[in-house]
Amino acid sequence: MAKSSGNDSMKKNAVFVFSEDQLGYRFSDTHPFNQKRLTLTVDLLKEMNALSSSDIVVPRIATDEELSLIHDPQYIEIVKKASLETNDTTVYESYGIGTEDTPIFPHMHEASASLVGGTLTAVDYVMEGKSLHALNLGGGLHHGFKGRASGFCIYNDSSVAIKYMQQKYNARVLYIDTDAHHGDGVQWSFYDEPNVCTISIHETGRYLFPGTGNITERGTGEGYGTSFNFPIDAFTEDESFLEIYRTALREIVESFKPDVILSQNGADAHYFDPLTHLYGTMNIYREIPKLAHELAHQYCGGKWIAVGGGGYDIWRVVPRAWSLLWMEMNDLKTPEGNLPKAWMDRWSKESPVPLIPTWMDPTPLYEPIPRKAEIMEKNKQMLDKALYALRNQQSYKNHQ
Amino acid sequence: MQMLVEEIMNTSVPTLTPTHTINDALLLLKAKRIRHIAIINTENEVLGVVTDRDLKEATPSTLLTSNNPEVYELPLEKIMTTNPIVGHPLDFIEETATIFYDNRIGCLPIVSQGKLVGMITESDLLYKFIELTGAHQPGSQIEVRVPNRPGVLFEVSKVFYEQKMNVLSVLVYPDKANEAYKILVLRVKTINPISIIEALRTEGFEVLWPNHPGMTL
Repeated sequence: MAKSSGNDSMKKNAVFVFSEDQLGYRFSDTHPFNQKRLTLTVDLLKEMNALSSSDIVVPRIATDEELSLIHDPQYIEIVKKASLETNDTTVYESYGIGTEDTPIFPHMHEASASLVGGTLTAVDYVMEGKSLHALNLGGGLHHGFKGRASGFCIYNDSSVAIKYMQQKYNARVLYIDTDAHHGDGVQWSFYDEPNVCTISIHETGRYLFPGTGNITERGTGEGYGTSFNFPIDAFTEDESFLEIYRTALREIVESFKPDVILSQNGADAHYFDPLTHLYGTMNIYREIPKLAHELAHQYCGGKWIAVGGGGYDIWRVVPRAWSLLWMEMNDLKTPEGNLPKAWMDRWSKESPVPLIPTWMDPTPLYEPIPRKAEIMEKNKQMLDKALYALRNQQSYKNHQ
Repeated sequence: MQMLVEEIMNTSVPTLTPTHTINDALLLLKAKRIRHIAIINTENEVLGVVTDRDLKEATPSTLLTSNNPEVYELPLEKIMTTNPIVGHPLDFIEETATIFYDNRIGCLPIVSQGKLVGMITESDLLYKFIELTGAHQPGSQIEVRVPNRPGVLFEVSKVFYEQKMNVLSVLVYPDKANEAYKILVLRVKTINPISIIEALRTEGFEVLWPNHPGMTL
């Protein structure tokens, strides 16, 4: 793969891809997918003096050619057409747009292509050696399919970015998805690809959308063994979540040896999230980026691109979670104690729920889970089953 | 969705004749990774069925040291189940499933005008029922406990209609805890079932989401 030609003394540690245009990906005033969370996060980071204007990079817009790395040209045309006329939605419904989940909105194509462009901007900074890490919180739309919108996602920025990294930089990519929903769009895009490894940790599909992401989905053909799924039970708490995450990520990275890590950092596994049933707290959002960061340095010369994703408690959860991600990426000390007063004052009135005034959640955040031990045990059993083939292959190699 | 046997039956059926040997059958099972073989005559009429269990019973244990090679050369007519239960392409899948269950069989040759035209196995039926649950398409699952009386399904589906929500599948099963109730399991094509859950609750329905032992949300 291409080696960095950049002068290391000029190299940035991390860039933050953002512009106000990213807020244009907006379905309606009442829709749960609300990019106001980007404004809240940027504001919180600025109050912490953790984000300066020199860190911020403006996203480009993905070209049709780039979108076609994953998406059918016909689908792209449909999205463009829907962006212009919003009257008759029935023809679009078979493409998953104009639905309750993914309503049509003005300039939908441009807004969606700009989120993909943001992730491509992040990719170029890292792969061209201009920056060690890059963050595009506007990305992470992991449900987008080749020819169909699904689960709030129109174009799949991560799928496009992975294909782009393969073609332009001949890179071996590891994708790790800690959104509470299965990363189905990305998984199916690379299901038969041996040089792309997808990992998704999510609430089981028993109740939660999209329903897939069973441990038996391991890839197909040459890509068999490069798709990993870790479906965790409803009511899973921090300890169990992190055990699965740490064990799975370490073992898979060690075996797959990626050139670059792309992490999808959906923040909807939190107890407060209205759409899911996991019982995570801010601890998981402090810990998740630490390990991705560590492994990127250990295996990929630091190459780590992170994107956003789900996260539907935009007041109490997402700004803190994503700020912790950026601060970890910049080797800043994990903040403790209270959130900046100015931020609290500015947003308290607008928030429909009382804000959490501290970086970490108050304890206890919720009533104890009656069957905690059984849930942990079940998750552990799932972890061992999902990693069984990898571990066997590893012990076989060790004996040769 | 059609619910007829011809929609799910396998039409390229692995077959052998009664004079083929046990060894032939073992090789075929291994090559095709199957467990059932239809035994036919030259007219393509079904004479019997040979399963992996028939073959295991007929062959020596792999743990035995003294081998018995002549067993492998015996013809299948010596071990096959003759006059097997057969089905028709126009049979209903639910009835066919009952036949499997009642007779504890693993495969059903499908016969039309006296000739073998297909085969159905337990695995084919199981897959069909997975499809029926809608689990192969992106969606969320909602369970509703409803009183067991006429018209309830209409009342529930009316709420889905009003919310413009696309339903992928509906299953109805009895509530084990209380015979006066049934559980409706609906898969809906959305990542955001909150509005439909609220609407169902407003209409007085009991929504189990998620239905986890010892927990309520």
